[in-house]
Amino acid sequence: MYREALNEALREEMVRDASVFLIGGGIAQRGGSYKVTVGLLDQFGPQRVLDAPISESSFTGMGVGAAITGMRPVVEILFVDFTSLIIDQIVNQAAKYRFMSGGKGRVPLVLRTQGGSGGSLAAQHSQSLEAWFYHVPGLKLVMPATPYDAKGLLKTAIRDDDPVIFLEHKLLYMEKGPVPEQEYTIDFGVGTIRRPGKDVTLVAWSGMVGRTLAAAAKLAEQGIDAEVIDPRTLVPLDKEMILASVRKTERLVIVQEAVRRGGVASDIASVVQQEAFDYLDAPIEIVAGKNTPIPFNGHLERVAVPQEADIIAAAKRCLYLT
Amino acid sequence: MYAPSFLERLYRTLYTIRVFETQCIKLYRQGLIVGYFHPYLGEEAIATGVCAALRDDDYIVSTHRGHGHCIARGGELPKMVAEVLGRADGYCCGRGGSMHIADVTRGNIGANGIVGGGIPIGTGAALGIRIRGGNQVVAVFFSDGAANNGVFPESLNMAAIWDLPVVFVLENNQYAVASAVEEMTRETDLYKRGLAYGVPSSTVDGNDVLAVYEKMQEAVTTCRQGKGPVLIEAKTYRHGGHHVNDPGLYMPKERLEYYKARDPVGIGRRYLLEQGKLSEQAIEAIEREIDGQMDEAIQFGTNSPHPSVEAFLAEVQR
Repeated sequence: MYREALNEALREEMVRDASVFLIGGGIAQRGGSYKVTVGLLDQFGPQRVLDAPISESSFTGMGVGAAITGMRPVVEILFVDFTSLIIDQIVNQAAKYRFMSGGKGRVPLVLRTQGGSGGSLAAQHSQSLEAWFYHVPGLKLVMPATPYDAKGLLKTAIRDDDPVIFLEHKLLYMEKGPVPEQEYTIDFGVGTIRRPGKDVTLVAWSGMVGRTLAAAAKLAEQGIDAEVIDPRTLVPLDKEMILASVRKTERLVIVQEAVRRGGVASDIASVVQQEAFDYLDAPIEIVAGKNTPIPFNGHLERVAVPQEADIIAAAKRCLYLT
Repeated sequence: MYAPSFLERLYRTLYTIRVFETQCIKLYRQGLIVGYFHPYLGEEAIATGVCAALRDDDYIVSTHRGHGHCIARGGELPKMVAEVLGRADGYCCGRGGSMHIADVTRGNIGANGIVGGGIPIGTGAALGIRIRGGNQVVAVFFSDGAANNGVFPESLNMAAIWDLPVVFVLENNQYAVASAVEEMTRETDLYKRGLAYGVPSSTVDGNDVLAVYEKMQEAVTTCRQGKGPVLIEAKTYRHGGHHVNDPGLYMPKERLEYYKARDPVGIGRRYLLEQGKLSEQAIEAIEREIDGQMDEAIQFGTNSPHPSVEAFLAEVQR
């Protein structure tokens, strides 16, 4: 399971490296809202698994300070929505320290948090805010969609010498999937082809991968062979994998749960139109969340974010099949 | 009683900060230094007294008004001048400038352009020390302005619940940019805020280098015994406006005159003269020596090349 894979990654890295520690709200005794840190307090003690007061800005800043001075903190913020409270420490401090110090200081910090809609948690607990972090030079941005990726990418994040924003999805914690017994890590900037195909490229990450694969399966029933690419890390982005796929299929649909305006999908589209313009046989389609806060009501909530049918419709528009 | 050599060491630091700021303001007026430049004039005794009580393996966290902290922590004048000039040989290779000087090799985690931004960072360095089981101490410099940012009570509270070895050095220079402390808060004895969090807290004359040093020594001892944190409020006054281009017209003249008469560099000089029994000539010789070092630093800085555009682009395109 996704949450167990994350737990294993934390546990293994804490055993491997005494400088790794965890700090966040309700992560020690309670084991986290989504049970990712269960059992770690018992194994590593309260020195390395810290329940912090609801002082997000400061405990994130403490992670930054500890990281600069030789530790490898994993800071947990309960919901990505609450990262609004830590923006200074992430954007002005963590992201810039290496640069501003002329490369003499490093901030090996991981910020773990989760986002996404789908639980009727309403507007302040359901956002997809990856574009905030995508926008800021100096941060790496990881959004795993499977248990295998969650573990391998979290281990890489903890070993990275720069700040990494590790964005989980609240609907994925109970997702099952194979995770090998033996040690492995996954390099940043290497996407994965979730489903090979030749007719249209579908790019999706995090919670949208499963939905996009389901859409691809339906498209296959209609004789459309979609290729599904999951970049896994948005910064760095595996641009080459996306471009290679577009050169083959000549059609691109980008699926993001986040609101359309100012999103990562728009940026990927801008890269593709510039670098593979001559290959495109149709305008790039972006299937994104509507430009709205997430509603509480479940029917409205579904309307606010991309559904399988939206992805299918966009793929067909690319193929001029509507 | 203090050894003359110790008093001389303190005075050298006080005077070096004074000369650095004075000379850099001249460079600024000549258009050689650009951007924001926040002088530490009038506050020299705090950085000097605090850093004199630290070990080499301790840490400090500085502020946007940070040149004094860097010098008191052993910062090298040539690299500092080069940095405020934005040159390749500066502490941050010209990428940081006045507001972002860091000297990680000496445990100076760095200055900060965000008021209060360094408070949790220093507290985190102390958390790291505690996890590693070390007995180093962190001195976090911040101001009356930063004390009104949420990160101060948050960090103070976390330092307290985890007994972190951090000394919060509140430099109360009585202005948050241009806002007088009594207009920004009702209780202007800011150390009292620490008491509310169960943290040993007190105030000290921030213009008296020995008073600061003694207060800091106590605080450092408390922290090394695992009984931290400690809050010290050092009362002081800026000798000018918020930054080099702010004439500080909002600062009452009488108050400025009062504090200038209690000049921290003058007080340190008197200690050296009276307690240290150094002659006027001997002190003047020290001053001329430091003047010369600053002249050399300016030579070094102005001769240092601008940072390489190619290296910069190679990095950003990574």
